[in-house]
Amino acid sequence: MSKKAFRPDVDAPTWRGGHSPYDIIKEGTIALVVVGVLTVLLSVFFGSPDEAAVTVKKWANANPIDFATTAANELNGTSLTAGYGPPYNHAAIGQKLGPLSLAKWAGVRIPINPVSDFVIKPLESMPSQPVLQQNLAMWSSASSSTQSGWVTDYVKAVPKMTFVNGHVVVPTTNAGPVSVLVDNLTQMARSGALDQALVTGGGYYTTDYTKPLLFLADGTYLAGLAANQHLTGTQWGMMNETGQYPGQAWLWLYTFWYQIRPYSASTNADVLVWGTMMALSAVLLFLPLIPGLRAIPRKVKVYRLIWREHYQQ
Amino acid sequence: MSTTEIDRQWTTRLRKRVAGKLPPEKLLPDTQPAYVSSWIYVFGVATLAALIIVIATGCVLSIRGPLWWHQSSIGHFVNSLHLWSVEIFFFAMVIHLWGKFFMGAWRGGRTMTWMTGCVTFFASILAGFTGYVSQTNFDSQWISTQAKDGINATGGGSIFNVLNLGQMLMWHIVLLPLAAIALTAVHVLLVRVKGVVPPYEEDSEIVQ
Repeated sequence: MSKKAFRPDVDAPTWRGGHSPYDIIKEGTIALVVVGVLTVLLSVFFGSPDEAAVTVKKWANANPIDFATTAANELNGTSLTAGYGPPYNHAAIGQKLGPLSLAKWAGVRIPINPVSDFVIKPLESMPSQPVLQQNLAMWSSASSSTQSGWVTDYVKAVPKMTFVNGHVVVPTTNAGPVSVLVDNLTQMARSGALDQALVTGGGYYTTDYTKPLLFLADGTYLAGLAANQHLTGTQWGMMNETGQYPGQAWLWLYTFWYQIRPYSASTNADVLVWGTMMALSAVLLFLPLIPGLRAIPRKVKVYRLIWREHYQQ
Repeated sequence: MSTTEIDRQWTTRLRKRVAGKLPPEKLLPDTQPAYVSSWIYVFGVATLAALIIVIATGCVLSIRGPLWWHQSSIGHFVNSLHLWSVEIFFFAMVIHLWGKFFMGAWRGGRTMTWMTGCVTFFASILAGFTGYVSQTNFDSQWISTQAKDGINATGGGSIFNVLNLGQMLMWHIVLLPLAAIALTAVHVLLVRVKGVVPPYEEDSEIVQ
């Protein structure tokens, strides 16, 4: 009977040496106590961050111009959400991984219509507002080309937008009902009613914050707060959290790719980074089966440090 | 009932199989090979200890619901315990992973032990992420609105909506903890069945 050749990166020698006493229960108990004490000490000394959530109300009161400009962009179809593509709408095909249009193939599964979902429907929920109802009726009865013309005219004047006596003022004469709609939406947002209208769009009970979060992310206010906390993508923000806390430090490699070319300059950066991380994760998972890579620990000999007592003997 | 008939029962066969693979002296050993003598071995058990504290503090947080920790100083402290035990968990786990890499810990029929460890690591990353986006504060708003672009680009956003608090919270407190606990249990049992990998044999003429 022939002996199978020993493969040093696959096979392990049979241990014929001695054994030492080992109290696994005691070891586990000590570990639990030590980790528990360390956890308590870190919690006592450092606590944990809890920066209050940003509401649409807070945004519209802190920066009504940014809010109203974002609302105009939603109507104009030039906001981030309006041009996003899958899974929210068909405005774009989404990012591509080489020839693969993964987002497009997955389809529009969370349909968002910024004009309707962010502006018109919330305004329609406002009771007893005759002027607003009149302008909403004017909007809904107009053709899409007429609506587009009104919005284009309004958006052209947005750079001159001011906020006077609690109202959004835009110097335009051919914007139809758009001025009234944007101003009323801003009033609604400043009162807090828009926060509620955006989350309860699907019924009384909800735990889905997709719409208000997309709307918030379309403005510059949320991003400005994040930049102040060093949380943007170019600041390694994905792995950070507010304050001086470690955050998700284990995401360092994922975040790293966004900082370098070709990823940082690519319009498909997200899917490229994900593709890279999936490939690297597969390499890690199947490492024992990959000749060459599985030989690295034997060749670099760090194991001699780990088992130094064994090799000294 | 004859002895042969009893031996054919699924229950009897399973018991014999388990007892053969994992006798009590392997499941709860009182000795270990002499080479198991390094600080690096501490990080495996430290990971387990941290996981127990993560789950315990998460259970306490769940008693009063996801908003409690914003409204109560005790709740905030429990959240701090949860956060720091997670940080220790990942710190210990990553060192454990590097240690096992440099030991070539997959050798000797331990490929599945390595793989279950890796999948546990991946599941834990997802568990940590869903926790971060379920905090119901500014961090969760910012992280979720940024992370959506990555997962949407892969097509995964169509079923895994990081902006849906309810979905993320359920993954964080039910599905992923179940996965992490089950994977950890399988990983630890495999370690006990196969034992700790022996050192590299530097005599190249050894055959098995």
